[in-house]
Amino acid sequence: MLLIPCPWCGPRDEAEFRYGGQARVAYPEDPWALDDTAWAEYLFVRDNPEGWFAERWFHTAGCRRWCDVMRDTATNRVAGSAPTGASLTEVTK
Amino acid sequence: MTPEPLWKTREPAASYDAVVVGAGGHGLATAYYLARDHGITNVAVLERGWLAGGNMARNTQIVRSNYLWDASAGLYEHALRLWEGLENELDRELEFSQRGVLNLAHTTHDVRESVRRVNANRLNGIDAEWLDPEEVKKLVPIINISPELRYPVMGATYQPRAGIADHDQVAWGYAAAADRLGVHLIEGCEVTGFQRSGDRITGVHTSRGPIAAGRVALCAAGHTSVLLDTLGLRLPLQSHPLQALVTQLVEPVIDTVVMSNTVHVYVSQVAKGELVMGAGIDAYNGYGRRGSFRTIEREMEAALALYPVFAHSHLLRSWGGIVDVSPDASPIIGRTPFEGLYVNCGWGTGGYKATPGAGHVLADTVANDRPHPLAEPYALERFTSGALIDEHGAAAVAH
Amino acid sequence: MTGFRSVPVPAGSEATVSFNGRELAARAGEPLAATLLANGVRTVASGVYTDRPRGIVGLGTEEPCGYVRVDSPPIESMAQATRVETHDGLCARSLNGYARLPEGEEAPRGDRVWAHCDVLVVGAGPAGIAAATAAARAGARVILACDAPQPGGGLAGEWDAAEGTAAREWQEPRIAALRDEPELRLLTRTTVTGLYDHGEVVALERRPHAAASGGAVHRLWHIRAGRTVLATGSCERPIVFEGNDRPGVMLAGAAVGYARRHGVLAGQRAVVFGCHDEALWAAVALHEAGATIVAVADARPAPGPAPVAALYERGIGVLTASGVTRTTGGSGGVLSAATVAPIDSDGNATGEGRSFPCDLLAVSGGHDPATALAAHSGGRKRWSPEHAAFLPDQTPPGVRLAGAAAGTRNPAAARDQGERVGHAAAVEALAHESATDGAEVADDGAAAPVVGSGHTPPMALWTVADARTDERRAFVDLHRDATLADIRDAIGAGMTSIEHIKRYTTIGTGPDQGRTSGVPATGIVAGLLDRTMDEVGGTGSRPPWVPIPLTAVAGRELGELFDPARRTPMHDWHVAQGAVFEDVGQWKRPRYFPREGEDMRAALQRECRAARESVGALDASTLGKIMVEGRDAGTFLDRIYANNFSTLRPGRCRYGVMCTADGMVLDDGVAVRLSDTQYMCTTTSGNADTVRAWLEEWAQTEWPELCVHITDVTDHWATISVVGPRSRDVMARLAPREDLSAEGFAFMTYRDTTVLGVPARILRVSFTGELTFEVNVPAWYGRAIWEAVMAAGHPYGITPYGTEGMHLLRAEKGFIVVGHETDGTVTPVDVGLGWAVSKRKDFVGKRSLWRPDTAREDRQQLVGLMPEDGDHVVAEGAQLVAERPGSVPVSMQGHVTSSYLSPALGRSFALGLLSQGRERHGDRVYAVHLDEAVPVTVTDPVFYDKEGSRRDG
Repeated sequence: MLLIPCPWCGPRDEAEFRYGGQARVAYPEDPWALDDTAWAEYLFVRDNPEGWFAERWFHTAGCRRWCDVMRDTATNRVAGSAPTGASLTEVTK
Repeated sequence: MTPEPLWKTREPAASYDAVVVGAGGHGLATAYYLARDHGITNVAVLERGWLAGGNMARNTQIVRSNYLWDASAGLYEHALRLWEGLENELDRELEFSQRGVLNLAHTTHDVRESVRRVNANRLNGIDAEWLDPEEVKKLVPIINISPELRYPVMGATYQPRAGIADHDQVAWGYAAAADRLGVHLIEGCEVTGFQRSGDRITGVHTSRGPIAAGRVALCAAGHTSVLLDTLGLRLPLQSHPLQALVTQLVEPVIDTVVMSNTVHVYVSQVAKGELVMGAGIDAYNGYGRRGSFRTIEREMEAALALYPVFAHSHLLRSWGGIVDVSPDASPIIGRTPFEGLYVNCGWGTGGYKATPGAGHVLADTVANDRPHPLAEPYALERFTSGALIDEHGAAAVAH
Repeated sequence: MTGFRSVPVPAGSEATVSFNGRELAARAGEPLAATLLANGVRTVASGVYTDRPRGIVGLGTEEPCGYVRVDSPPIESMAQATRVETHDGLCARSLNGYARLPEGEEAPRGDRVWAHCDVLVVGAGPAGIAAATAAARAGARVILACDAPQPGGGLAGEWDAAEGTAAREWQEPRIAALRDEPELRLLTRTTVTGLYDHGEVVALERRPHAAASGGAVHRLWHIRAGRTVLATGSCERPIVFEGNDRPGVMLAGAAVGYARRHGVLAGQRAVVFGCHDEALWAAVALHEAGATIVAVADARPAPGPAPVAALYERGIGVLTASGVTRTTGGSGGVLSAATVAPIDSDGNATGEGRSFPCDLLAVSGGHDPATALAAHSGGRKRWSPEHAAFLPDQTPPGVRLAGAAAGTRNPAAARDQGERVGHAAAVEALAHESATDGAEVADDGAAAPVVGSGHTPPMALWTVADARTDERRAFVDLHRDATLADIRDAIGAGMTSIEHIKRYTTIGTGPDQGRTSGVPATGIVAGLLDRTMDEVGGTGSRPPWVPIPLTAVAGRELGELFDPARRTPMHDWHVAQGAVFEDVGQWKRPRYFPREGEDMRAALQRECRAARESVGALDASTLGKIMVEGRDAGTFLDRIYANNFSTLRPGRCRYGVMCTADGMVLDDGVAVRLSDTQYMCTTTSGNADTVRAWLEEWAQTEWPELCVHITDVTDHWATISVVGPRSRDVMARLAPREDLSAEGFAFMTYRDTTVLGVPARILRVSFTGELTFEVNVPAWYGRAIWEAVMAAGHPYGITPYGTEGMHLLRAEKGFIVVGHETDGTVTPVDVGLGWAVSKRKDFVGKRSLWRPDTAREDRQQLVGLMPEDGDHVVAEGAQLVAERPGSVPVSMQGHVTSSYLSPALGRSFALGLLSQGRERHGDRVYAVHLDEAVPVTVTDPVFYDKEGSRRDG
């Protein structure tokens, strides 16, 4: 069970959260400016790195707020978390 | 008496007509069919670890083809038919046991969707039956069909021809057969990137040096994204931990395979006597080959409600694999924007049962540089057009 | 009689146990294995795959052979005799390979326990005790978990008398002092089974004594530890030779352990064989305990002088450069003699052997640090030739090792190391707020090996063989009956990876996880392949460290607690009325209310007829209700729903549909605008959580600039739909002062008012086409108002109906139900909601509707279906095909999504999705269910009151 550091509630069990995949994938400014390929990219394609990953978690059983977490997908080490939109510690390999 | 080696230990050659990346079930089968059906024998299967040591060693061995959509039914049924001849084909005991698979329905919604799938299966020529709770009980005497259950058994779909096969034997069978046809199986050789000339792939970089290749077939499951990242190619894949477990050896208690999507547990008893159980994926992305113990607890809560006698057995070992999941829970098979590079990925939790079919279809696609008819719906283009093959939306369990 | 008690059972501790039906005298609390040995029971079980007799080999979790089943409470289908505590009345039987799961027997229950600590210490030998004490004194909250019933068990015996005495003298007061540390929690009989991410540790506590009182027999601990110290000791390994599986062949340390800890001698005439000094000390200890030492063989040419001298003093010689090549069996295959021969450094006999009659062969091939737990979360190990063992190399974040687990075999050095490591762990844990930062373990030398001073290095020895050795009787994995010959076969089959060899031979796959076979297998493979130990490596270690009864894994979250059911305030009323319920999401909803002698079909006809002809009542409390409030609520909903909501006037209601980003129907429902800044959106019953989270996600992560607040108020309200032409009459009795006329209270408006003095929000919406008042009252009043509605409706024959009736009535009107007509692959346009798809504004998913596949003309579309035989109700889930099916495969064009017998139409009808269905009204297609193909006519999906003339009554 991962321990997810909620920026508001502190570290909490993963079971309290819903996973949200890659962070900072913005809804396109103008979807109609995108061709089908670019739209499909927005809909379906997300980063899937083995290593550091900025990802989203939603504290469903707590404050019900989304946050961004920097986690290494290979080791599950967590470098930090921040409210959605705030800057998150970047970790470089 | 010492048996013949199943496969020979080889040094990688400088160049091959085709290189298959990943010696899991799909990779081995692909190489085998390339050699057998297409006369392409100058083939290497490159494996970073030990042969069939990834998801092939970590699955729950279930084989079935009772999927809802035509595209899925076509592909998985093609695989099942190959399974049915595989012991002869590979001349090896695979412990392939067509003991039937039941998919339980626990709600009226499940019942509707299950009946829908049974009817679709039958019209696609796939054996499928709908069983009421009493009929389920006859096949699975230890199951609890009390209506008092939190999620009672309201019936089940049943595919008699489905079952299980020993994953090690399958891998070794394909490996031995491929080896006999001249395919090089090279363990401990990690592919780290691709050689290219413009948009044409000309070989791979490996931990043991560069290897030229006329064609490259990627069968790297959970690591597909990592490899394609080196080409700047992003596929709609997410890698997740998927856990499974076994109990100690127990006297026979269940002689069929029973799956439940609603309460997330599936179980069979392998020939050796262990109960093998699995559940859904862990929700987060992970390459760690381990998941949360909570997932296993949840699975056992569901299992014990359905099979009270399991309370007396013991969790012996649990483990995780890395499954690459696509947005519609269906695989991606076919060509890529790079000439000479073919992918076979996104199988999620469904890869093992497709092993012969995936290998057969991919080999044909690679050999002819065009999608095998059964692979056509599985091309990357479906994400652009929107023609998804959404098996989880349709409540047909994708395990 | 071979075994005996060197120490009599103290008065007051006598117990009688039954084993295979035979009554045995025991000392209460001792392991069953000790009882068996003391009573001369040599054969405890047989092999899993052979019928060879097997006896006790080990002392604890490493036991590969001595498996039993326990028939007295708490029953166990499989247990190691070394870990079953005896008590008066214990009843156990041999377990020969396969466990039998006792059908109909209630399994003992288990609890889950959660705990947090700064430092978890696993193992209470000298290193563990020292580590826990040091950590506690540094101010850390400490949990010390040990597998044994008492702490300290691990150290005794294996050492010579002087060291052993010193260790005990050091240990006894410290064990007592553990209980005085205020922030130290000692968990005995508690085995850590797995290390998981972020300091999560799972441990199984055995509480056999709780069976009598009906308490939890297992506790599964979930410990979140800041730092973890593994002082898990080591596991003694055997040496492989022909007949090494006979009852009477034991690990030397185990034989000493039974003598020292339990006063039980496993045999009277012992041969001791090893390849390191500790094995020689074991001979000393066994002699001390009263055994006759028939022979001592050491594979090394030059064993350590100290133990050799100690043995010499006792008149015991050591056969150097010698080893046991085979055993001889007596009656029942039990050990009767061991053949000792001179051997070379590979264990090959160099001369003739000599047979020594004996009833105990104590063997020790060395000690493997117990590092499996570290491996669970990514630890690695490397081979140390000077230790002849794999030592921990790289430990996972937050994990340290101490004592024998780190390769430190000298007790004094182990406790020094434990103290150092425990202190460091505490300091580190206290300096960090959480374990999630994943700081690297500081290298304080914790993992550095310490070899006991004055000891001659051990030798790595895996097998002993001579020219006549039958490798099919030389067992590597005693539990799985896997032999030296099996390994040779695997290598012959081309296997070079230890993982393949394990799978080929099944070595290490038993419940003992190959503790006594893993390293010998690596050694044997390394020899056969001419590779180093590190090149061959070991197989991955997988949790749990000891088997966990599934009853303990599941805990109490069974039955109702598996997933708590949600019930409406009127639930008990429905129960009293004999309602049949169904699960809708987490909710329990009445499906129908059968009267005496009615089946579902009959009840359904009656209920629906009442709603159409007079009045019916539906408990709609489960409908999701989500408040969307704030200055930008209208703008927000415009972006979420396919249709417009900012243009909705306060006081009015509007049906809306929302899509996923890829354009598929996510949910639908009526939204009410309460004020300029307030909407109440209703959702499908099973979907409220999903929709709420969906709204929150967009509000928070995409449009934080919008001022909008989202609150789920589903269970604040009880909702009663009063449905039918007489519903106005019923409402008039409940709210006599309200203007309920069609003009005064128009369709698709709402009113906040009171009903019988209770605040109520009444909606004029309709899911049936009939005049409907949807009465929402605070949940607390739900039951009372429901009963009041029933009373008020009594003169009109008001009839409660359930989900089945609701589905039938709405289907007659062609209204979709998410989950019936949609399955995640259906767009609003497909189900005839194209009118709701705004042309003017963008909304989530809209762009997706203009992709090639979603814009196809021939997509499957919602249609009505009339079976040509009006008495025939087609099956929901039937597939739609153009022709009566001949040979397969048959092209499928759609399926039946809902199907009923309609009392209003006096015939059956159905809804379905059909390719290009909207263009095919009047066509005949076939609904195929199993072996039947029913001709049906494609129609418009609205079957009843197309003009909408009934909604105002």
